Amino acid sequence: MAVAVVIALLVLATIAFHMLSPWWMTPIASNWGSIDTALMITLWICAAAFVALNLFLAYSLYRYRARPGHTAHYEPENARLEKRLTLWTGLGIAGMLAPGLIAWNQYVTVPDDASVIEATGQQWQWGFRFPGQDGVLGTAAVAHINADNPFGLNPLDPYGKDDVLVETNELHMPIGKPVKMVLRSKDVLHDFYVPQFRAKMDLVPGIVTYFWVTPTRTGTFEILCAELCGVGHHAMRGTVVVESEADFNRWMGEQMTFGQLLAEAEGDKKVQLAQASAPRAGGR
Amino acid sequence: MATATIADDLRPLHHPKSWIGKYVWSQDHKVIAIQYSLTAIAIGLVALVLSGLMRLQLGFPDTFDFIQPENYLQYVTMHGMIMVVYLLTALLLGGFGNYLIPLMVGARDMVFPFVNMLSYWFYLLAVLVLVASFFVPGGPTGAGWTLYPPQTILEGTPGHQYGIILMLASLAIFVVAFTMGGLNYVTTVLQARTKGMTLMRMPCSVWGIFVASIMGLLAFPALFVACIMMLLDRLVGTSFFMPAIASMGKELGYEGGSPILFQHLFWFFGHPEVYIVALPAFGIVSDLIAVHARKNIFGYRMMVWAIVIIGALSFFVWAHHMYVSGMNPYFGFFFATSTLIIAIPTAIKVYNWLLTLWRGDIHLTVPMLFAIGFLFTFIHGGLSGLFLGNVSVDVPLSDTFFVIGHFHMVMGVSPILVIFGAIYHWYPKITGRMWNDALAKIHFWVTFLGVYAIFLPMHYLGMLGVPRRYFALGETAFIPPSAHLANEWITIAALIVFAAQMLFFWNMTWSLFRGPRADPNPWGAASLEWQTPDTPPGHGNWGPTLPTVYRWAYDYSVPGADRDFTPQTQPPGGAGRYHAT
Ligand code: HEM
Ligand SMILES: [Cu+2]
Ligand SMILES: [Cu+2]
Repeated sequence: MAVAVVIALLVLATIAFHMLSPWWMTPIASNWGSIDTALMITLWICAAAFVALNLFLAYSLYRYRARPGHTAHYEPENARLEKRLTLWTGLGIAGMLAPGLIAWNQYVTVPDDASVIEATGQQWQWGFRFPGQDGVLGTAAVAHINADNPFGLNPLDPYGKDDVLVETNELHMPIGKPVKMVLRSKDVLHDFYVPQFRAKMDLVPGIVTYFWVTPTRTGTFEILCAELCGVGHHAMRGTVVVESEADFNRWMGEQMTFGQLLAEAEGDKKVQLAQASAPRAGGR
Repeated sequence: MATATIADDLRPLHHPKSWIGKYVWSQDHKVIAIQYSLTAIAIGLVALVLSGLMRLQLGFPDTFDFIQPENYLQYVTMHGMIMVVYLLTALLLGGFGNYLIPLMVGARDMVFPFVNMLSYWFYLLAVLVLVASFFVPGGPTGAGWTLYPPQTILEGTPGHQYGIILMLASLAIFVVAFTMGGLNYVTTVLQARTKGMTLMRMPCSVWGIFVASIMGLLAFPALFVACIMMLLDRLVGTSFFMPAIASMGKELGYEGGSPILFQHLFWFFGHPEVYIVALPAFGIVSDLIAVHARKNIFGYRMMVWAIVIIGALSFFVWAHHMYVSGMNPYFGFFFATSTLIIAIPTAIKVYNWLLTLWRGDIHLTVPMLFAIGFLFTFIHGGLSGLFLGNVSVDVPLSDTFFVIGHFHMVMGVSPILVIFGAIYHWYPKITGRMWNDALAKIHFWVTFLGVYAIFLPMHYLGMLGVPRRYFALGETAFIPPSAHLANEWITIAALIVFAAQMLFFWNMTWSLFRGPRADPNPWGAASLEWQTPDTPPGHGNWGPTLPTVYRWAYDYSVPGADRDFTPQTQPPGGAGRYHAT
């Protein structure tokens, strides 16, 4: 008896919780409204099923509770009823699958005019690379990684020389432009996740993965790592600054290209060599 | 249909001669069932304590100095793995499977009692190897229960020295144990049914366990292979799962392997595994509902087919755990569709449970209360699964607390509620005693309401974007202070639920010695296990002759019958209609 009331109250409490809860999707800052739509359709269909099924449960518990003189009805099956229920369920499923697949079709289809940004992950920080003037990212491999070349760019690849390297956790993006994010990991799995963008994808060592997004709102958003990557997983944070094209270009102008970095490193080495060769008293 | 049965053969049972032979090196399926169950519950308690520690950290960060990121990840990993594999799989198949199958199909024992005994001892070995990892240098692995490489075996992951080796070894041993048990469950159902026990007369419990066992025999080899391959990667430097990598600034010697290959192998096991846990629970709960509502399970044939279809389809959906793993994104279309199709037979099962209650004579006994709790949490968890299966909706939700909320509701809480219901239901048969009803009801209410308070809010934290497997949320602008407050409440609810489980253990132990003597068939159930000559049943279960079965297991409230149940052993004749079986 009490349990029938409690089940009905739990349904009401769940609805109330849903309406009052301050915890909900962050305001969206990208073109992935279609994902939010698919989510809301799924939510409404599922909520209807949740309410209907549980209220039916509560009602049956109340109506058919054991009482003196009350006996159960004997009815092994009812094929017609079962067929009808199957049909309705199928319709509900199709109703949420269709918008889900439509959104996914957009997700896997990168627009032709998308620019490219590469995000690299390593335990436990982010790095970013832009293709530079030629619009092409140079090749890269783990074998090339060293102190002067943290991204592992192939020093002999001419496409790589003008690549712009961002060695901080801060990424800038222009508003309103589709971007194909290509993702690369130097060590373990990571996952590039900006809650306000909705989109995410794993970074997998050995291959290059991708997704695409068009930022639609200026602001500073957090980049989280969403794939367990070791003890520093929770601290692997970055920020993405979405700004006007002009601001973006100004920021871009301040960044170093791979060619410049190499030249600088060369310069440093010469200085060090010069120092090392200078005779020093009392040295080893 | 003529039933071929070897159950009635005249091979002598291995009657034990000493106390050790009877209770330790036992080949009696009932003793093995209890050994399995007690071991699983003991290790499950460890997992429960670990969840308490995680909740303390999440609810009250910066308060417990001994919880560091390393420990937190070790708790997460060991908690998840123990709960799924060493508690639920072992308890439902090793425990309930062993106890119920022979009794419910009218066999004297499992078909291979010696192998059955070995199965338990290998399981115990697997548990001991797992526990050993708590004591080795570096501690147990903290790689997450999914053990994804390359992280698993690299520096920067707790337990990468010894913990991971022990984990992989333990899993491999577990698979051996499972295989020995699983072969027994399958052959016993196929070969040892008593006269008249056709497949379509078996109780749903047996169907659930039977199909789950077949699935385990097909799915666990993938895990076994993955464990061996990873052990080789870790110990001898092969590169099955390891591409060229630079870790902590040094280049490691690996080249050419694929981390995603591991994920495919893992989830080819891991997804069916969810149903290996769920199907026995589905079967058992069907029986609890039918018995305590005094009504035949509605649409028995559909229920059986749904179990079989769910079992088969679940081998075609594994990559729905990998939508954002970096595999070819076009797979998303196929796996989303196959995943959502499984929802149809699953929904049919839910309808049929509800329709069994409809027009029933519902006795709100303790097992029935747990069955009702299951229905509520399973409906909730099943529906939230549709979000994660619907590929594009999964993108923002994957790896957030929504996932934690969903799978706890669907495969943590709901099977556990069934397990409690089942323990309360069969306790009188297993021990010959009744438990304390009032304590049992308190246990139910606190557990049921408590887990909902824990896991409902988690769905909303996940919607917000709170990521999982995070030691601390830190300074994060999009997470409002109210979310930290929610975490405190969740932790408090978890501690209350934790405390309520102590009532359960107390009740069971107390009743074992002090509980009132139980009637052989206290619920008036129709299925075979309640018709044994002794309670608890003796070795060999049935005395000199095996029972003969004349009807299905659900003749409750048959019009014209003199009682509201007709045991499966009651010959036809007199009043009563028959379900065509
Ligand atoms: C009241 C009981 C329980 C509580 C309070 C609890 C709590 C938790 C928490 C806090 C996490 C880690 C969240 C994170 O940091 O990502 C977790 C993970 C997990 N739990 Fe539970 N849990 C409980 C029972 C169960 C049960 C019965 C199962 C059985 C299926 C289970 C399976 C898992 C799994 C598979 C994980 C994931 C581990 C991973 O991410 O590697 N839990 N649980
Ligand atoms: Cu990371
Ligand atoms: Cu991470």
